[in-house]
Amino acid sequence: MQVTVLLFASYADTLGTSSIPLELSSGATAGDALDQVRSLAADALPSKPLLAVNERYARPEHVLAAGDEVAIIPPVAGG
Amino acid sequence: MRTALVDRPIDVTALANEVASASNGASVLFIGTVRNVNDGRAVTGMEYTAYRGMAERELAAIAREASEEFGGSDVVVEHRLGALELGDASVVIATAHPHRGAAYAASRYVIEQLKRRVPIWKREHYVDGTREWVDPTRQANHAEQAEVSK
Repeated sequence: MQVTVLLFASYADTLGTSSIPLELSSGATAGDALDQVRSLAADALPSKPLLAVNERYARPEHVLAAGDEVAIIPPVAGG
Repeated sequence: MRTALVDRPIDVTALANEVASASNGASVLFIGTVRNVNDGRAVTGMEYTAYRGMAERELAAIAREASEEFGGSDVVVEHRLGALELGDASVVIATAHPHRGAAYAASRYVIEQLKRRVPIWKREHYVDGTREWVDPTRQANHAEQAEVSK
């Protein structure tokens, strides 16, 4: 199944893109998506960044569905 | 109640007027602005970016929580995105309630939760021409380390 990983701010700069399409096997989790991205750029991401699935914060164990939008969230700095 | 991410200057007076009513005896305005020094470095400007859909959702949830928790306070929040100059308002929170305690509490709740949960990021521009994404978790560590080394 295909999912899209979104990157923002420093993570997007480091990886040189703000969106990565991923092909994952069914039953894959948000953590699996993170691991795939990490394999593209090992040192670019902290060990346990915040994750969101379809615009809601999610745990790494969150099971994905086809078409899901997984966001890797850098430390937020609004205000 | 209303929350928005905006790409233009925030009209502070308009937000104050929006929550004012005959039954509200107290209105509180919080205005967050771009300051000229951060973490010891001279700042010339700032750019804000967001995971827009999620940021809108989180901001709306926070305003709802603030209203529910603090006596049905009226809450209006605008956060600005894009390029900001020194002194520009990046966030304005207007709260109102028949009594001041709830209006103050709701205002404080919104800014603290916003800083914790809403996926917005800012990149500072420094006097020497460099730019850097702000990482509040790293700054907190710096502050703690500075405290310890005193």
